[in-house]
Amino acid sequence: MTDIKQFLNELLSLPGLSAYEGPAREHIASTWKPLVDEMQVSPIGSLHALKKGFGSEPRPRILLAAHMDAIGMMVTGVTDGFLSFTEIGGIDPRLLPGLRVTVHAKRNLPGIIVMPRDALLPERKSETPVEMKYLFIDLGLSAAETAELVQIGDLVSFAQEPVELPNGIITGHSLDNRASVAAVTACLEEMHNVQHAWDVWAVATAQEEETLGGGFTAPFAIRPDLAVAIDVTFAKGPGASDWRTFPLGKGVSLGIGSNVHPGFFKAVKEVADKLDIPVHNELMPRGSGTDALAMQIVADGITTLVIGIPLRYMHTPVEMVAMKDIQRAGHLLASFIATLPVDFMQNLKWDD
Amino acid sequence: MTAKTLSPVIEKEQIALLEQLSNACGILSDVGEVRKIVLEKIQPYCDSVRADALGNILAIRKAQQPGALRVMLAAHMDEVGFMVVESEEGGLFKLVTVGGIDVRYLPGKPVLVGKDHVPGVIGAKPIHLMKRDEMQTAMDLDGLRLDVGPDGGDKVKPGDHVYFATRFQQVGSSMVGKALDDRIGVVTLATLLQYAPANIELLAAFTTQEEIGLRGARVAAYGFDPDLAIVLDSTPAHDYPSYDGSENRYFNTRLDAGPAIYVADTGTISDPRLLQHLFRVAAENGIPYQIRQPGPGGTDAGSIHKQRSGIPSVSISVPGRYAHSPVMVSRLSDWRNSLTLAHTALTTLPQDILQRA
Amino acid sequence: MKELIRPLVEATGPSGYETQVRELVQNSITGLADEVKVDALGNLIARKGKLKEGGKRVMLSAHMDEIGLIATFVDDNGFIRFTANGGVFPVYLLGSRVRFLNGVEGVIGAENNNLRDQAPAMDKCFIDVGAKDRQGCPVSVGDMAVFVRPYLDLGDRLVSKALDDRVGVAILVEALKQLQDTPNELYFVFSTQEEVGTRGAITAAYAVDPELGIALDVTKTGDTPKCDKMEVTLGKGPTVKVRDSGMLSDPRVVRWMRKTAEKAGIPYQLEVLEAGSTDARSIQVTRAGVPVGVISIPCRYVHSPSEMVDYQDVVNSVKLLVALLSERIVLEQQ
Repeated sequence: MTDIKQFLNELLSLPGLSAYEGPAREHIASTWKPLVDEMQVSPIGSLHALKKGFGSEPRPRILLAAHMDAIGMMVTGVTDGFLSFTEIGGIDPRLLPGLRVTVHAKRNLPGIIVMPRDALLPERKSETPVEMKYLFIDLGLSAAETAELVQIGDLVSFAQEPVELPNGIITGHSLDNRASVAAVTACLEEMHNVQHAWDVWAVATAQEEETLGGGFTAPFAIRPDLAVAIDVTFAKGPGASDWRTFPLGKGVSLGIGSNVHPGFFKAVKEVADKLDIPVHNELMPRGSGTDALAMQIVADGITTLVIGIPLRYMHTPVEMVAMKDIQRAGHLLASFIATLPVDFMQNLKWDD
Repeated sequence: MTAKTLSPVIEKEQIALLEQLSNACGILSDVGEVRKIVLEKIQPYCDSVRADALGNILAIRKAQQPGALRVMLAAHMDEVGFMVVESEEGGLFKLVTVGGIDVRYLPGKPVLVGKDHVPGVIGAKPIHLMKRDEMQTAMDLDGLRLDVGPDGGDKVKPGDHVYFATRFQQVGSSMVGKALDDRIGVVTLATLLQYAPANIELLAAFTTQEEIGLRGARVAAYGFDPDLAIVLDSTPAHDYPSYDGSENRYFNTRLDAGPAIYVADTGTISDPRLLQHLFRVAAENGIPYQIRQPGPGGTDAGSIHKQRSGIPSVSISVPGRYAHSPVMVSRLSDWRNSLTLAHTALTTLPQDILQRA
Repeated sequence: MKELIRPLVEATGPSGYETQVRELVQNSITGLADEVKVDALGNLIARKGKLKEGGKRVMLSAHMDEIGLIATFVDDNGFIRFTANGGVFPVYLLGSRVRFLNGVEGVIGAENNNLRDQAPAMDKCFIDVGAKDRQGCPVSVGDMAVFVRPYLDLGDRLVSKALDDRVGVAILVEALKQLQDTPNELYFVFSTQEEVGTRGAITAAYAVDPELGIALDVTKTGDTPKCDKMEVTLGKGPTVKVRDSGMLSDPRVVRWMRKTAEKAGIPYQLEVLEAGSTDARSIQVTRAGVPVGVISIPCRYVHSPSEMVDYQDVVNSVKLLVALLSERIVLEQQ
């Protein structure tokens, strides 16, 4: 029986930057192994796991995609013991000064991000945010030691252990999108001894933060009839209160817009309403910023949906999510799949 | 002996269809109203027709001879518009744009909301209440609201699409309406299906989600896997006088100069073999045409040509003034010539056109 | 290799119209490949070898196209206005000479011609081919041009326009020449339209369906006065690219390239490029995904009419590529 919270905490302590998802992938694979029938690693590092449906082939397929890669940084140079770096995925440089990081060099090294004083930077108004190219990482080691241990291309992750706050609120880095991976795990766990007609492909995608690589390539291999991207969305909080945001811990979001087939949305919403799972409509006027954006246009097109788990402080080391919402997402997926009729696609229409 | 192909025309029937389609509303994949009209029109002329995962309509009309080239033609069904994102008190709603719309077109315009075409306006602050310098600053979409009247609010909800309310009109030699980009192309394509040449397999894609990244066309092209593709779109004409009387060299295309053929735009470098064929067809048949100025903008060809192992592609557009605004103006003659150019190019398409010299 | 590089860089081959370059390449690889095809977008795909036990299907990619200009307007006096075809920097325009595909040559001038210390924006520039009026101008809207500069052999260093990526093309041709036996099925792709969005590589990769992809392209250096920081230096060897703005190389491919270089005693550098990408980014997300890497040739003044590479870096790139492709390729477990 998988303890989802424990799984998530362990996952959050493992590095897994885009294209370097190995450690995270291994942990997910070992947790998913007893819950699925087959597993493979894709050519670019996504984890594809199949839980077969009952009935004779060919069975329709549903793909659940949750990206496992995290944002972080990469060393671009070593000068006098100080490391220059660039981002992997989108990072606001304003949250970097003074941050503690781990440099994954010949061994894991603790470091801090240094913001040089204005006098040692190109002319600027005082207190203007310092661009990433002028920041350094200081390992506290001598120049010689640093040169010996670190090289260009070494990865850097946030050195923030996950912290649990009251009532199942978790804060830490990489909750975008490990929270969703936990939700998919919860779904697999719930379906463990349940019969379902459809084949279910659980995919921990790689490189979402950089290229949507997993989102483009996994569906090409799998050719699902339906594909769901489970990703985090914006939770209400400081500086985040408009129509794009949702209360933390009060339910998951379902996408509405060009990246979501209205019939697919309707069917999942019905399941949510029937089971009293709180869901909010998430408007996506111009498409989503998730794997679904890629999945929908793979090959001859795929019917897609987006499920969002509200999260505060996205792309910072102190992201915040509610375990309740993670459980809800997993439960909604499992319930939907359990009742998904074999002829769902034939009855799916665009217009009345 | 090959069957004689009738020549397609733009007459009352086609103009009426354009009127219907221009007045119809549809954004991205939410184009049910347009799909319905298209399906009704093309059903009698197709060997097969279906809608795919992105809401594209994919219709096939087989060739009348063996070994025919398989030609994909594309026209997009979606127009630019807005989505309602937040409701406020008294029939007021916040909007965001869907597709590139210059916000300076919005204040003071009538609009329609959702499937039921609920009428509303995008109001503007009265001039009497403005500070002197306020009129010089750009209006921000955040400061504008959809207003459906104090008692109209319950007919509208976040997620609804909003459209310009312009009604189609024929004015002399011009057509005036919203969404001529690309309902003109849609009618052209429907007409080509009706008058499909015997020598090619016509793979017609009425696409969706063109305005946010040519997405419908991408999957339609993958599915069809054609030998080549021609895109029928609409392109801006900025052929009005410059403020200082200097020569206008940013016109993009001109009205009355015929269909615009694309050599290159931001998304596609047209296949030279298809270009040569179009130029030859135009010259031999006395069809006027112009080269769209290379520069920003793109068509469905941008995604089509990169599918599978590559699909040679070219675009032919009808010029239109004031694209992506509440009102576009195009000329009947340019439309007629586009149709004639496309049709003649298809009927005279050499079997070996893709052979390299 | 200089006799191979020179005609390649001197050829006129803007994105979408690479015919001249393709013909040169076709001639230089006659008899070297088992099969040669030209695809729908003009990519030249040359296969060498058939898959043997333990071999892999590998795609190599170097792009034939160069940046250039497209005519947008010809005025009453025969001056030609233009826009960019690929990443053209306005600072390199004024005073440059250009050559159109039809052979017509001209010079770039600009409005406000008494401004001595400012680089004019592209829309203030025009090409003068010496025409007197519109009718007499041998250039029309849509015609394409490239920059013109004589090739310069400085011994260790070569200077020319279009070293990006004709030097990569030359490396592929030379590697094809030098490769003897290989258990791998190799597809040498001389790609098109890279400069406008790595387009040729998309369709070539789809057709080839490789298990591994390697791009050969130039990269910037950090070794000129007061330049942006970058740890790549001319003359210190080809680079093994870790990351650029379009993709991250597969870490297993990076390790394999490094091990191979070290074993063969070939100097190399590690590269992170913060602005710019290569054909590899398109290959990586083709079909079900492809592990990719890039060997870059360090190059100063990229996208100027006078790019500079180190000749030894070029020779070492060939060495590295041949070493990589001659043996069984074993990537570690993921």
